[in-house]
Amino acid sequence: MSDLEDKLYTVKYTPDSVSHLQPVQECCRICKSKICTVICPAKVYEWDENNRKLIVNFENCLECGACRIACESSSLGWEYPKGNKGVTFKQG
Amino acid sequence: MANEENKVDVIVVGGGPAGISCAVTIARAGKQVVLIERGKFSGSKNAFGGAIYAQPTREIFPDFEKNAPIERKTIEHKYALLGKDDATVISYKKKHEDPVSYSVIRGKFDRWMADEAAKEGVILVEETVVRELIVKDGCVIGVKTELEDYYCDIVVLADGVNSLLAKQIGLRGDLKPEDVALSVKEVIKLPPEIINERFHVNFDEGCIYEIFGGPMTGMLGLGFLYTNKDSVSIGLGITLSELVEKSLRPYELLDEMKQHSELAPLLKDGELLEYSAHLIPEGGFKKVPILFGAGVMVCGDAASFVNNLHWEGTNLAMISGKLAGETAVIALGKGDFSEHALSRYQQELEASFIMKDLRTYKDLMSGIGERASEFLGYYPKKINSFFEMFTSVDSIPKRKKYRDFIKQFFTERSISELFKDGWAVVKLLWSILIK
Repeated sequence: MSDLEDKLYTVKYTPDSVSHLQPVQECCRICKSKICTVICPAKVYEWDENNRKLIVNFENCLECGACRIACESSSLGWEYPKGNKGVTFKQG
Repeated sequence: MANEENKVDVIVVGGGPAGISCAVTIARAGKQVVLIERGKFSGSKNAFGGAIYAQPTREIFPDFEKNAPIERKTIEHKYALLGKDDATVISYKKKHEDPVSYSVIRGKFDRWMADEAAKEGVILVEETVVRELIVKDGCVIGVKTELEDYYCDIVVLADGVNSLLAKQIGLRGDLKPEDVALSVKEVIKLPPEIINERFHVNFDEGCIYEIFGGPMTGMLGLGFLYTNKDSVSIGLGITLSELVEKSLRPYELLDEMKQHSELAPLLKDGELLEYSAHLIPEGGFKKVPILFGAGVMVCGDAASFVNNLHWEGTNLAMISGKLAGETAVIALGKGDFSEHALSRYQQELEASFIMKDLRTYKDLMSGIGERASEFLGYYPKKINSFFEMFTSVDSIPKRKKYRDFIKQFFTERSISELFKDGWAVVKLLWSILIK
């Protein structure tokens, strides 16, 4: 297990069945930096080179909003998860 | 009206310090107020460095020190400048009769504040996300949640740093990577006795570290450490644009910082309780949005009310919430919710420390940011190397060591660069103290 997985293991989540993060894959394909795959504190985004697709592990999202602001083409569809879903910080 | 049963005087969006302070102010004046929180409970979507300030909190909850879940009262501030394998630490210690700040856990403290507000008449609605504001004839008249529409005379936006709602109605544009810091934090469990021993404090006393350099050398970023009752919160915040430009992972920087010889012994054998991340608005005065409109006001992080030099945010949130609440009460009394009526909120903010302090530091972040590699890299490193020189005993005459140290500045930097550094300092001091 990586260090980040250890960290995320301590976070309480109530995952939704649908993603609250909706990248526009056409924009991701031509995005040079794919910066969301780097700066996200929960490594929610991974680039799948074989399928030329951005994988979104939305259930790990800490809801900080950094990806939305950093997105090179400002194309990332980002909204808060539903009221009873997402992250619950106990030690914030 | 068809929606009469869903209509109240005021709806406050966001159950953090700003929203709670606003809502309780309105409820105390006998008005109907609904506080909508998207998390399971107040504080469940929040994370912060670690301390709330006593005086502003007393303005909202006068007796909070008796009942609120507080961790430790701060008796020491340490400023640690981390070098590669050394550190310079300055400490200011005082046991105040009236403590200035307390470490708290937001999931406990915000929740307590929200419950207190509910006891005073605030209608607290949790697990509900406001998706949109309802606007009619240029005036905000309600909110759309996932389930229902709610109507009111005034909506107060205390929906946090991302404030999608302020953006929806054009009170502000999109945030840029240079306007926010991304903060990551770990709360590490340690027995209270060990914390007392390692930080030289008694059971109810705590210590704050403000951490410079280390993995953040040369970048607009700072680390922090707070002692809680039986845990230590350690984290760092770095301007998002720095992470983007340098392609850095925030948690890797935190891991590196935690391993520094100054900090590692403080955390030794601790168990990770929780990892978290949150954005901090860093744009300051220049990025404050339009703060009011017909039927709407913006407060707290949503209004970019953070004084980053002094690590203040929750206090600006609470007081701005209170001022918005007072303005709402006056507007309700007159039955006037126009832009003109709510402009009182801006006037009150201008007269308070909030806008005065934001104005004082309006050039700080840009001034330091433009010369980050100098002010947060080169010169801090020189402080550590000064002390290394000063404390070394090597049979070299002291005058030679001083002269060599001073000479370095001129061999390592050109005269024009030194002049630019000096000029930037003068400009910054001028902007803080005079203009």
